[in-house]
Amino acid sequence: MLNWWLPENVSTYGRDIDWLFHLIYWITGITFILVAVTMIAFIVIYRDRPGRRARYTHGSTPLEIAWTVVPALILVILTVLSVPAWSKIKMTMPQTDFVVQVTAKQFNWQVTYPGPDGKFGTADDKTLLDEMHVPVNKVVRVNLKSQDVIHSFFVPQFRMKQDAVPGREISQWFEVTKTGKYELPCAELCGFGHSGMRGWIYVHTKEDYDKWAAANLTAGATAPAEEQKSENKAESTTEGKPKS
Amino acid sequence: MTPSTTTTVHGHAAAAHAEHHELGFVRTYIFSTDHKMISRQFLFLGLFMMILGGLLALIVRWQLAWPETAVPGMKLFLRETGGILEPSTYNMAFTMHATIMIFFVIMPILAGSFGNFCIPLMIGARDMAFPLLNMLSFWVTATAGLIMLSGFFVEGGHAAAGWTSYAPLSAVPQYTGVNWGQNLWCISLFVMGIGSMMGSINYITTIINMRAPGMKLFRMPLVIWSLFITAILLLLALPVLTSGVAMLLFDRTLGTSWFRPSGGGEPLLWQHLFWYFGHPEVYILILPAMGIASEILPVFSRKPIFGYHAMAFSMIGIAFLSWVVYGHHMFVSGMNPALGMAFTVTTMIIAVPSAIKTFNWLGTLWGGRIQFTVPMLNALAFVGMFVIGGLSGIFMASTPVDIFIQDTYFIVAHIHYVVFGGSIFGAFAGIYYWFPKMFGRMMNNALGYLHFWGTFIFFNLTFFPMHIIGVGGQMRRIYNPMQYEFLQHQQHWNVFITISALGLGLAQIPFVINFFWSLFGGRKAPLNPWNSNTLEWTAPSPPPHLNWGPTLPTVYRGPYEYSAPESKEDYLPQTEPPGRVAAARH
Repeated sequence: MLNWWLPENVSTYGRDIDWLFHLIYWITGITFILVAVTMIAFIVIYRDRPGRRARYTHGSTPLEIAWTVVPALILVILTVLSVPAWSKIKMTMPQTDFVVQVTAKQFNWQVTYPGPDGKFGTADDKTLLDEMHVPVNKVVRVNLKSQDVIHSFFVPQFRMKQDAVPGREISQWFEVTKTGKYELPCAELCGFGHSGMRGWIYVHTKEDYDKWAAANLTAGATAPAEEQKSENKAESTTEGKPKS
Repeated sequence: MTPSTTTTVHGHAAAAHAEHHELGFVRTYIFSTDHKMISRQFLFLGLFMMILGGLLALIVRWQLAWPETAVPGMKLFLRETGGILEPSTYNMAFTMHATIMIFFVIMPILAGSFGNFCIPLMIGARDMAFPLLNMLSFWVTATAGLIMLSGFFVEGGHAAAGWTSYAPLSAVPQYTGVNWGQNLWCISLFVMGIGSMMGSINYITTIINMRAPGMKLFRMPLVIWSLFITAILLLLALPVLTSGVAMLLFDRTLGTSWFRPSGGGEPLLWQHLFWYFGHPEVYILILPAMGIASEILPVFSRKPIFGYHAMAFSMIGIAFLSWVVYGHHMFVSGMNPALGMAFTVTTMIIAVPSAIKTFNWLGTLWGGRIQFTVPMLNALAFVGMFVIGGLSGIFMASTPVDIFIQDTYFIVAHIHYVVFGGSIFGAFAGIYYWFPKMFGRMMNNALGYLHFWGTFIFFNLTFFPMHIIGVGGQMRRIYNPMQYEFLQHQQHWNVFITISALGLGLAQIPFVINFFWSLFGGRKAPLNPWNSNTLEWTAPSPPPHLNWGPTLPTVYRGPYEYSAPESKEDYLPQTEPPGRVAAARH
């Protein structure tokens, strides 16, 4: 009951988003209270009472100008404040040597690592199902694809969301500041297995990640242990395969 | 235009014509060309569909609160599962809830029914410009409704790709397992698009050409302005949807590849087409309600609308801007992020006309003599709820914030504050206000208050907490929130929301009783029960075929001259000649 608010933020740019969210929250909250109080006050003060005639007025140009200009200014300021965070998150790609490829399908996330040679599309690529491992405090680049319908890569604690569109490869990035295990739900309706299409992102310390990578991503490594997904609807629904 | 000569000649001829022919049952009640009958037909269509759409919503809510338990009463329809909703039926339920509510409840009631009723009566015309086209418009829409309903009975179930039907999920039958359901969805909306085009051409022509003598554009009631602008948006937006669903149907049945990447198509093209229609559509749904509120607030504040011109021009501004904001539905869709930034600017700007309208409604209340009738309470609720829906929209306009809240329950809360808190409260306000003129009888007040307070309280208890679970990250369109660890701690809200939604459903029962009881047993309505100024209140209740006797009303002033100093009464009808007012005063 107590944690009513945004999920904990663990990404670098999440702070910018949360700051804007709170700014808008306060602006809209105060506006709402002012409007609501005014409205209730008018309703009470100007309720119909015998012997009083309503004020005959058609409006006021200064007031019209005021309540056009003031909201416009606030909204322009909000627009300007939104630009830096947006361009940082969606329009720039920080330098990084850590790239994973995520290919969504009904109803799983297929996470591919390039393997020891550092290249995708070679024999030593490793693909995990619904599971991603990344080091903390490192820019991770995700090349997002879909092999059937539109899915959406959503990590609430990272404040990250991007649709995966079939026929496109969309590059996104994140940098996590705290180790842990984070859920990766699909946020775009993708069929009857949409609900329950969910992966996990494991954020390790540098050392733990290296250990995991050595055990799982090197040539001789055995196939990575799969998550138990007994509750995952995706397991039983395979008829939704694309025909193409 | 010379309205005086043409309309009176036409009027005499038409009135004379009416006396000679008594129309039969079929021509009066079924294939009627009378705008008032067509208005009632649209109203009944919308109210019937509202029951269906509402029940679908309750089914969805049941599943979200108590996942995978039998929905009461659904055993009958879901025999194999014993009344438990499966993911596929759940997807169908929310898809059809939204489709029905938007296309077959709000549009028929606000644009169809109020458009038909108000336009000729409030501008002083005997009927629509093209009465036959008007009749066709209703029957085409009703056919579309039947096609939509038939989808529930086909193999594979009804459409289940969301009301937005994003391709390629909607474009390839194997992806959803739905075959003819989605095809019928496309066909139905195609037919509906044709019906709405017929209606919108009619509205525009009627308003431009058939205003009574003296009814200048800036003497028109604001509800007519709103319906005029709505009709223009309908005329320009619906064909885009109509084309889009035709392309989708071709992808599904004829093997084209508009939206399928496997054949070289582009999934985002569907989203561009859909939202290019879809965002003006949002204003199609809300503008008539804004007009209705602008009509009712002055009447029951007994004072002129504050800033008449600002009100009209802000609606015109919304109409223009509504074409260039649609991209805010697609910030994280893969659309070029630079374009997203441009859409942020326009989206922020379109909030300004809405702010202007809100402040002018408040200005209308200021210094008024507010009478808390049932229509007034609904109109006041409209203003309050629209403020919440408008303010929550600012979160989405800010692109970085939208990254997080896109596709969460925050969006669900926002759209319901706009289309239920806005459009539906507007529709209720309009029904309570015009019912006496439409059916010649008054509605029951006690039931009206009961309905209003029940709806208002349960509406807020249902939809406000959706903001909270949305901020908590709950995605929309998921079947079972308990499948996600980060959502489990807020499941009690889902239970709370569902119980409130059931209350909201029950709160509609007094309305249904009131509506049907008043149709036959209500007190006979006087000519002008609310002491209003506008023209419809000078016609008998209910107005006969062709609305007025041999002469059409002449308009001498604007529609909101309440408590004017030159009149002894606190209202001054548009038809009252200035000379007579002066004589009565002295």
